[in-house]
Amino acid sequence: MYETTYHRPKTLAEAGSLLAKSDEAKLLAGGQTLIPTMKQRLAAPSDVIDLRHIEDLKGITETPSGGVRIGAAVTHAEVASSDIVKRQLPGVATLAGGIGDPHVRHMGTLGGSIANNDPAADYPAALLALGATVVTNKREIAADDFFTALFETALGEDEIVTAVVFPKAEKSAYAKYPNPASRYAMAGVFVAKLGDGSVRVAATGAGQGGVFRIGAMEQALGSNWSADAVAGVKVSDGDLLADIHGSAAYRANLLTVMAKRAVAAAG
Amino acid sequence: MGAEGIGARVLRKEDRRFITGKGRYTDDMTAPGMGFAAFVRSPHAHAAIKSIDTSAAADMPGVTAVLTGDQLVGDGVGNLICGWMIHSKDGTPMKMGAWRALEAERVRHVGQAVAVVVADTAAQARDAAEAVMVDYEELPAVVDAIDAMKEGAPQLHPEAEGNLIYDWEIGDETATNEAFARAKHVTRMEIFNNRLVPNAMEPRAALAAYDEAEEHYTLWTTSQNPHVARLVLSAFYNIAPEHKLRVIAPDVGGGFGSKIYIYPEEMVCLWASKRTGRPVKWVADRTEAFLTDAHGRDHHTEAEMALDEHNKIIGLRVKTVANLGAYMSLFSSSVPTYLYATLLSGQYDIPAIHCNVKTVYTNTTPVDAYRGAGRPEATYVVERMMETAAREVGMDPAEFRRKNFIRSFPHQTPVIMCYDAGDYEASLDAAMKAADYAGFGTRKAEAAKRGKLRGIGFSSYIEACGIAPSQAVGSLGAGVGLWESAEVRVNPVGTIEVLTGSHSHGQGHETTFAQLIADRFGVPTDSVSIVHGDTDKVQFGMGTYGSRSGAVGMSAVVKALDKVEAKAKKIAAHLMEAAEGDIVIEGGELKVAGTDKSLPFFQVALAAYTAHNLPAGMEPGLKEGAFYDPTNFTFPAGTYVCEVEIDPDTGRTEIVNFVAADDFGKIINPMIVEGQVHGGLTQGIGQALLENASYDESGQLLTASYMDYCMPRADDVPSYKLTTTETLCPGNPLGMKGCGEAGAIGSPPAVINAITNAIGTNEIDMPATPEKVWRAIQAAKMPAAAE
Amino acid sequence: MATVTITVNGKKRSAAIEDRTLLVQFLRETAGLTGTHVGCDTSQCGACVVHVDGKAVKSCTMLAAQADGAQVTTIEGLAQDGALHPVQAAFREHHGLQCGFCTPGMIMAAVDMINRYPAGLDEETIRKELDGNICRCTGYHNIVKAIKAASDTMRGMAQAAE
Repeated sequence: MYETTYHRPKTLAEAGSLLAKSDEAKLLAGGQTLIPTMKQRLAAPSDVIDLRHIEDLKGITETPSGGVRIGAAVTHAEVASSDIVKRQLPGVATLAGGIGDPHVRHMGTLGGSIANNDPAADYPAALLALGATVVTNKREIAADDFFTALFETALGEDEIVTAVVFPKAEKSAYAKYPNPASRYAMAGVFVAKLGDGSVRVAATGAGQGGVFRIGAMEQALGSNWSADAVAGVKVSDGDLLADIHGSAAYRANLLTVMAKRAVAAAG
Repeated sequence: MGAEGIGARVLRKEDRRFITGKGRYTDDMTAPGMGFAAFVRSPHAHAAIKSIDTSAAADMPGVTAVLTGDQLVGDGVGNLICGWMIHSKDGTPMKMGAWRALEAERVRHVGQAVAVVVADTAAQARDAAEAVMVDYEELPAVVDAIDAMKEGAPQLHPEAEGNLIYDWEIGDETATNEAFARAKHVTRMEIFNNRLVPNAMEPRAALAAYDEAEEHYTLWTTSQNPHVARLVLSAFYNIAPEHKLRVIAPDVGGGFGSKIYIYPEEMVCLWASKRTGRPVKWVADRTEAFLTDAHGRDHHTEAEMALDEHNKIIGLRVKTVANLGAYMSLFSSSVPTYLYATLLSGQYDIPAIHCNVKTVYTNTTPVDAYRGAGRPEATYVVERMMETAAREVGMDPAEFRRKNFIRSFPHQTPVIMCYDAGDYEASLDAAMKAADYAGFGTRKAEAAKRGKLRGIGFSSYIEACGIAPSQAVGSLGAGVGLWESAEVRVNPVGTIEVLTGSHSHGQGHETTFAQLIADRFGVPTDSVSIVHGDTDKVQFGMGTYGSRSGAVGMSAVVKALDKVEAKAKKIAAHLMEAAEGDIVIEGGELKVAGTDKSLPFFQVALAAYTAHNLPAGMEPGLKEGAFYDPTNFTFPAGTYVCEVEIDPDTGRTEIVNFVAADDFGKIINPMIVEGQVHGGLTQGIGQALLENASYDESGQLLTASYMDYCMPRADDVPSYKLTTTETLCPGNPLGMKGCGEAGAIGSPPAVINAITNAIGTNEIDMPATPEKVWRAIQAAKMPAAAE
Repeated sequence: MATVTITVNGKKRSAAIEDRTLLVQFLRETAGLTGTHVGCDTSQCGACVVHVDGKAVKSCTMLAAQADGAQVTTIEGLAQDGALHPVQAAFREHHGLQCGFCTPGMIMAAVDMINRYPAGLDEETIRKELDGNICRCTGYHNIVKAIKAASDTMRGMAQAAE
């Protein structure tokens, strides 16, 4: 790791001004991606700004419309064990409980995960499938507009994710096929039936451009919410990732299988 | 056996320090004034070094020195060597390419060290290593062994034309050809044995300290065999004469073969310590381990098995190409030859065998012995051939094996080995019973209802352990003898220290070796200490690998104990005025048989040291040493049965049952033996399903971290069902055979045979990843889809 | 440089360290507690697991500065007054270790796991929960047995205390 300077702001405003002060500063949430990257000398931030001690970024609350607001600094373990999340968004609880390993889940956060937008990360699939809203210190961004490209988001230079607001969902479930080595998603599919009856399906781990929606599955499920409905829907492997762990064709197959399993789990 | 004697499940004496965080590993050691080394490594698989500019690095904060290969050679440090001479079938010696600890002219694999920085902290050393400017001229690289033999392939070493190290053969080619000429059926297969990275959880490390006044070096290092390290560092690498070099292998966090060898980094730390005048420490990070620890396996084999009209095997013909990587590691030459082809008879009576092995250089990390070393490769060839042949001739795979088992001992195979004892049918029967083979059909049908493909596979392995009879291996090209030494020191108060040349890096020697003493003298194991891993304490030893610590190391202890016992009995007889032949040892006492006369063991020890009243002419003291040189290899054998369920949607294989029936001969501590089998099985299952060192065409290792190299996790493997049968090894005093490698040797073919059984094909390569299995299932579906 | 104060195994330790210092480096080099090990660079092997404010984390993936003000428990702090923690005892009793290198992280992960599953653990759950800890020696068989046994023992102790 290169030398860096550590900061521990107590407020969002303080974090924002620290971030604005330096071009090479990085926000440190759970650190479960940033620190390994720094250890491998693939990132060299001049400053790291620890967000874990800012009260505004914490907490899980139910919104008046039956959705759930999760603070950016809430850990995966907290989400997975939250009664509110388990009741309202069981798919999100499952997803959070399957990220990394127990130790990683004690540190890793929702905000860190989505701001990094790793193509194999789990959370982006939930946000996109549920049509969540990303709240920052400056504005609100719809999930559809948030994830722009591999490891890229709509976040501006000095913007900090403060929370994610998930709408009310009738059904939600997530199924992932983990990379056998890293345990990141090789194909993860989040299915959701929202409060307004609309159906959204998002896939992670498999797309060359990161998380994406699977329109054909949304249509199929919209008219018939059943595992059988997606069983025949094949995702074209043209835009899918291929690596030593799985070809694009194999990932395409996994997307269909995971979609079936997610729908079955959603009931 | 007594509560702590041979055969008792004694809890481990060494555990207390490990479970309380008080283990002492190399990275836990410090020395005053210690600096830290960081290596500058090649990012290219093959490149000429045009220049190395160390000036910027030398000026970085905290840097003591930046050293390169020219300085190393200038100081007379020798090249790394391979210590086992193999001759090609035309009589020419193997072609050993020059391997320098720091390369100055041409790098041949990614990660090869070209310079070292010594600095005040590890981070400063790493900062400065990045500032060393190396100008490389990239050269074409070759990573696959078959490709490396092709005309026009990039050439690695001027000594080895066509990258060929040797072209070796074993067995009677004419007799084998004759057998095939009269065969009723011939089974042919092309078999790959995937490349593995050992991945002991403790990365390699070294702390070297040079004492200028004494001209003496001390090296703490992660070694399975500190005396061999000292010998090689002294005799071949010119670091220092042996009496001026102390090698200490303290607690070592696993080895699996990878810590047998003397690597560039440890050598460089010693040299740099003298050069810089400060102790130098280096600890590999995991990526360095992936790039520089000797890899294992990497064979490409074409095999043919000839059967007669009764489905008896009459011949086996094997052609193997083995990839040894960029350089010949210390014992690399022996692995695909005498540790491999000599086991191709398996458990079977095969009258004619011929095997040809070619080994080649490639631009990859050097390959050497990894848990099993040659024997897993042999077992994989034989046991996949057995399964396929049985299917082809329509026999039950268990019955086909049974029909061909060797049944009388000693049995001389056509490939050097003379099996001394065994009962292969007993272990097959034990395995079939434990696996409920009879009930498999029902279970398969039940799994099918759940949409799962269930399969069952056998592997009846044999291995040659107890490495090794010195004269025999000497005649086959080994540069060292492979005996073991022991010393038993009885202290005046009756406590005992046992010094052994074996080394424990997880095997539990501090417990099992103490059990030998408890068994012999009836004293508690708590009164026994096992001393190992330090060349200043133990006179000499060959270390731990090849499942040799029991059969060879313990046999040396037994020989020393014989001498201690004889002397103690003489003293006791003298003190109790009895005949020496009437003295028996029971429950910690020396007794005169048939009387109530007895002396506690400690009083006899005390008498030996006070020397006030010893038999006339007897020397004082009670301390004896012994060297034990085995007369033959030992031959652990057994049958493994693996049962899998495959999810046809994803191709994922789940091992739903795994039975191991092993014959290890005499077992000292069943708890520890079971642990060895569990670990070996998991490594074998890892090879079969998960692990693969994968290179791209340019020679970059794609699996250089746990993000991509798939280590078996707890949820990848089942709980195992173990059982043992016993035939004693007639070649050593305890009748032991060895248990450390069996699991890794026997399990891969059992897993693959189960998968091919489930999906109805004979072809699938390791690792049988979900995608490979899924594709095989898709391919099998094709004809049906066309209908 | 930063000055951090971390309570390690109940004892306050302050030191001026480079900001880039990892918690595991602080523990091993500054506090001299070498029981916590480093087995990989990618936050996967779990040899470095310690408890920070009562939760298992990978000390190789946390800056020491992040732990400023925190309570850290390492393998050295688990045994109380010379008596082994039930998980430590179970690892010995069930031969859940061989070379010992992964053991500190395994034991710390196991204690955390048992804390999170007060109602008890079955084999499947234990294996799944060991996702973040790699062992190369034991094949996990006896580790799983040890954790199950410790979980049962600790449940019994908890019930007896009620």
